Amino acid sequence: MKHLLSIADLTRDSATELLDEAERFEQALLGREVKKLPTLRGRTVMTVFFENSTRTRVSFEVAGKWMSADVINVSASSSSVSKGESLRDTAMTLRAAGADALIVRHPASGAAHQIAAWTGAAEDGGPAVINAGDGTHEHPTQALLDALTLRQRLGGIEGRRIAIVGDILHSRVARSNALLLSMLGAEVVLVAPQTLLPVGVESWPVRVSHSIDAELPGLDAVLMLRVQAERMNGGFFPSPREYSITYGLNEKRLGLLADHAVVLHPGPMLRGMEIASSVADSPKTAVLQQVTNGVHVRMAVLFRLLVGTEEVA
Amino acid sequence: MRTPEGPSSGIPANARELLSPADVGRTIARIAHQIIEKTALDATAPTDGTAVVGSAPRVVLIGIPTRGTTLAARLADKIEEFAGVRPPVGSLDITLYRDDLRTKPHRPLERTSVPDGGVDNALVVLVDDVLFSGRTVRSALDALRDLGRPRAVQLAVLVDRGHRELPLRADYVGKNVPTARTEDVAVLLAEHDGRDGVVLSSGHAEENEK
Repeated sequence: MKHLLSIADLTRDSATELLDEAERFEQALLGREVKKLPTLRGRTVMTVFFENSTRTRVSFEVAGKWMSADVINVSASSSSVSKGESLRDTAMTLRAAGADALIVRHPASGAAHQIAAWTGAAEDGGPAVINAGDGTHEHPTQALLDALTLRQRLGGIEGRRIAIVGDILHSRVARSNALLLSMLGAEVVLVAPQTLLPVGVESWPVRVSHSIDAELPGLDAVLMLRVQAERMNGGFFPSPREYSITYGLNEKRLGLLADHAVVLHPGPMLRGMEIASSVADSPKTAVLQQVTNGVHVRMAVLFRLLVGTEEVA
Repeated sequence: MRTPEGPSSGIPANARELLSPADVGRTIARIAHQIIEKTALDATAPTDGTAVVGSAPRVVLIGIPTRGTTLAARLADKIEEFAGVRPPVGSLDITLYRDDLRTKPHRPLERTSVPDGGVDNALVVLVDDVLFSGRTVRSALDALRDLGRPRAVQLAVLVDRGHRELPLRADYVGKNVPTARTEDVAVLLAEHDGRDGVVLSSGHAEENEK
C-alpha cells in the first residue's frame, strides 16, 4: 500500500490489521513518561490543509511527532496558495522540499488522488499521500478511528447495526464509514431527509431510512453528522430548528437506544443542532475516545505507509 | 512427555536437533536457578515479589515477543517453583526500535505489556530465544530506556549462536551453539509450535536475523 486515498485501498484484512496495530501503538505508549518512538526518525511528514481542522490535523501531527518524524504544517491561508499558486505547483513544491508523506485536506473531491498522481510520476515514486478529507468524497482515517472505537465499545463490528444520521450528502465521513463498516461486516443504516442523501446512494452497501425514532431501538451504535452549512447553497430543510427536532439526537431519543449502544460524532459538534448538549456529554458518547483513537490509528497508517520496503507479492 | 509426531511446520528435512524437548525443560530450569542465585531472589525478596527490600532490587522478567515472552513466563514458573517467589513478567515489542525498518518488509507489531510498578529501579532480565547479531537486544535496550530507568539490565537467552555484530553478551545462556551464518536456528516451544526443541538447519539465516 503506497497511499491511503479511499477505503477502497483497503481490504477487510488490511483494515483489521491497521486497527490491530493502532491498538498495539496504544499499548506501546501506555503509561509512559516518554511518549516517543524512534520509528520515523528522519522522515518528513507534511500536513497540507486547504480547509480548517482541529482534530485531524492535530492528531496527525501528534502521531508523527510521537514516532519522531519531522512534521511540517502547511495551511492554505498562510502559504503561497493565497497568492494564487495552483494545487499541482504546491504539491510538487512540497515534494521537492523533501516530503515523505503528504497529508491532504481539500474542499474538492478527488484532490488527494490528483496529488498522488502528480507527485507519483517521479522516478522515486514520490511521497505517500494520505487523504485527510477531500470535499464530499472520503475521509478514510476518520472511518478507521470510528471503527476502532466501535470495536472497543461493542467488542466487535461484525453483525452490529450502525446508523449514520444527518447530512449524508455533504459528508465524506459518512461515505468512508459506510464503506468500511459494511466491509467489516456491520449492517449500516443511513438516516436522513431525502434532500440530504447523495445521488446514487442506492448503490451503497447500506439501507436508507427517514425516521430516526424508528431506527434507534434496534441500533448498536449511532454516528451523528454535523450539518455542513459551509457546503450548502440552497434550502435542504425548512429551518435549523425543524432539522434539530426531526433528526437531532436529544435526551428523549437517547433513551430509545439500547443500554450497550454507543454514540459517535466525528466532530466538530454543533450542540443543540444535531446533538443535544446533555447527549454530547453523556457516558454513551465516545467523542473523546474517538479523538484518542485517532492518534493511534494515524500512527498505524503512517507506520504502514512509511516503514518497510514494498511487499514483494 | 509425549513424543512429537515429526517436525512441525516450516522445519526443513535437513534439520538437526540441538536440544530435545527434555533438554529445553532442563535448560530453562538451569537458567531459572542461575537467575535466583545471581539476583539473590530467594534471600531477600518479599513473598509478593513487588516491593524493594534492603539492597536487593526487584527482579522483573521482560520477554521479547514472541518466543522470548513465552520463555520469560516459563522462567517465572520455574523461579516460583524453586524460590517461592514469582517475578513479574512483561513483554516488550521492539519492532518500532529496529534499525532495519526501512530495508525490510513491513512487520506486524507484537504486544507490549509492562508489569505493574514499571521498570524503574528494577533489575530487568531481558529474555529472548536466540542471541545472534545482537541487534534485537540493542533495540530492546533502546525501548527499555523509554519505559524507565532500570537499576540494571541482564540478558537471558536459550541459545547463543554467535556472529555478534555489536558489543553485547548474555548473562544467562542455555546453550552455546557454533553455527555458520547461513544456517538457521529455530527454537520451538509447545505454546507456538506444538512441541519443545531447538533445531539447526541450513536455511536462510540472513532473512530471520535475530
